[in-house]
Amino acid sequence: MIDKSLPGQEGKSAGDPLIRITGLSTVLNGKTIFDNISLTIPRGKITAVMGPSGTGKTTLMRHITGQLAPDAGEILIDGVSVTKLDRAALFDLRERIGYLFQNSALLTDFTVFENVAFPLRQHLTLPEELVRDIVLTKLQAVGLRGAAELMPSELSGGMVRRVALARAIVRDPMLIIYDEPFVGLDPVALNQILRVIRLLNETLGVTSILVAHELAAVRRAADQIYLIAGGKIVAQGGPEELARGDTPWTKQFFSGEADGPVPFQYPAPDYATQLGLAGDKA
Amino acid sequence: MNAVRKEPSRFMVGVAQIGACGIFLLQILRAIPASLRYIGETARQVWFVGSMSLVIIMTCGLFVGMVLGLQLYYVLSIFGGTAALGTVVSLSLYRELGPVVTALLFAGRAGTSITAEIGLMRATDQLDAMEMMAVDPLAFVVAPRFIAGIIAMPILACVFNAMGIFGAHLVGVSWLGLDNGTFWSNMTSSVDVWKDVINGLWKSLAFGGVCALIATFQGYTTAPTSEGVAYATTRTVVFSSITTLAIDFVMTAFLM
Repeated sequence: MIDKSLPGQEGKSAGDPLIRITGLSTVLNGKTIFDNISLTIPRGKITAVMGPSGTGKTTLMRHITGQLAPDAGEILIDGVSVTKLDRAALFDLRERIGYLFQNSALLTDFTVFENVAFPLRQHLTLPEELVRDIVLTKLQAVGLRGAAELMPSELSGGMVRRVALARAIVRDPMLIIYDEPFVGLDPVALNQILRVIRLLNETLGVTSILVAHELAAVRRAADQIYLIAGGKIVAQGGPEELARGDTPWTKQFFSGEADGPVPFQYPAPDYATQLGLAGDKA
Repeated sequence: MNAVRKEPSRFMVGVAQIGACGIFLLQILRAIPASLRYIGETARQVWFVGSMSLVIIMTCGLFVGMVLGLQLYYVLSIFGGTAALGTVVSLSLYRELGPVVTALLFAGRAGTSITAEIGLMRATDQLDAMEMMAVDPLAFVVAPRFIAGIIAMPILACVFNAMGIFGAHLVGVSWLGLDNGTFWSNMTSSVDVWKDVINGLWKSLAFGGVCALIATFQGYTTAPTSEGVAYATTRTVVFSSITTLAIDFVMTAFLM
């Protein structure tokens, strides 16, 4: 595909991180989502971002793609500060990013084929035969070439996610963000999607960020993992290193135990008091 | 001192909404050059909102014309001036009723549909997905519908006027026995193309812009919930109707 490096950013070496986030702080609706976190996403690697539900993983992706401005901190993608880009420059950057939305966000009035072809048709002037070939190739990769003419409403949840994945990778971007790519997939589809994610990484050198909860899948795909909880990065490292779980956070998160620093319960008043049982003992 | 920030009053929320709608209009106008590459989508929207409203416009136009014919025949007969029926009906339709009633019907039929469509796109993250694919939803989704409203409204008003005059003719000539030649000749001699017909079309253009702006704004800024979309469609009808009638008064005063 077309190499469309940002001005002045050509020829970055593979050792440089593609994304460098420093001092990121975010408060949404009075709740601290991130408290001065810093992290780097290395080029050509698959980085997984994990953490309890509601910890701000999707918010972090929205910061990286410029959909939401943080309250403080800097986000550099390929040396360019995302928070300082105007709309046109942001769109130029986004043309190089594939984004798989958490709820897929397919265009419901378009067929599967038209959905996958959408980014190609909007930004490139390609012969229709070439568009057709590219789209069918991507649909074949996610196992849905035969569903090309179906409407999104005719697909199952897992199929919708696979179409959204095909759309995210259709332009072979430099960075692909997968927000919960494994939700609703059966084991066969999950294996194949894992293979696609790894294949893109190995053959095209694509940098990937994987937001997921499926530990087994993440261990097979990711080169490094960040574990975020309570607005901080509580652990980071390779999948095997974290899975050994030598900190309270990793121990609890990866073993799935209810007790530990990761709360299962959303903050609430005392259970017995709320049920009106607090005074019964007296 | 009260440390809790006071909730803004409903009046202030309303003022803020009007301001936001004004900014939204500027954003649409800025997106129009980019939307010209989606000319096919704009044409599809003209067809969509036009054809969507055509049946209701034709039916209502016919009945409004028939009622006007009946009422005005009765009033004019008091003064012995029934020969002026064609003139009075056509002036009422061209100058006032055609543009206004068409706009009210358009808001209820096409406006709500535009709001619900864009609102559901918002609720299902489709607008965010477009942004992430570096496609400006203002250029791809909003501007074509805005332009379609401006194009479709005058055409629909013309259809409404034609059906209204046909309805008045049915009542006045075919039913109540007015002379056919008198009906048409009085009308053609009294109605001025520029002062009456074109002035009415100016109103239609303005109403088309306002109704399409309100419909797209309500859809674009809706809360991403089913209740949010429901409220947004209701607001589209209410605000479009009020704004249409208010602008009609102002324009009538200036175009008189």
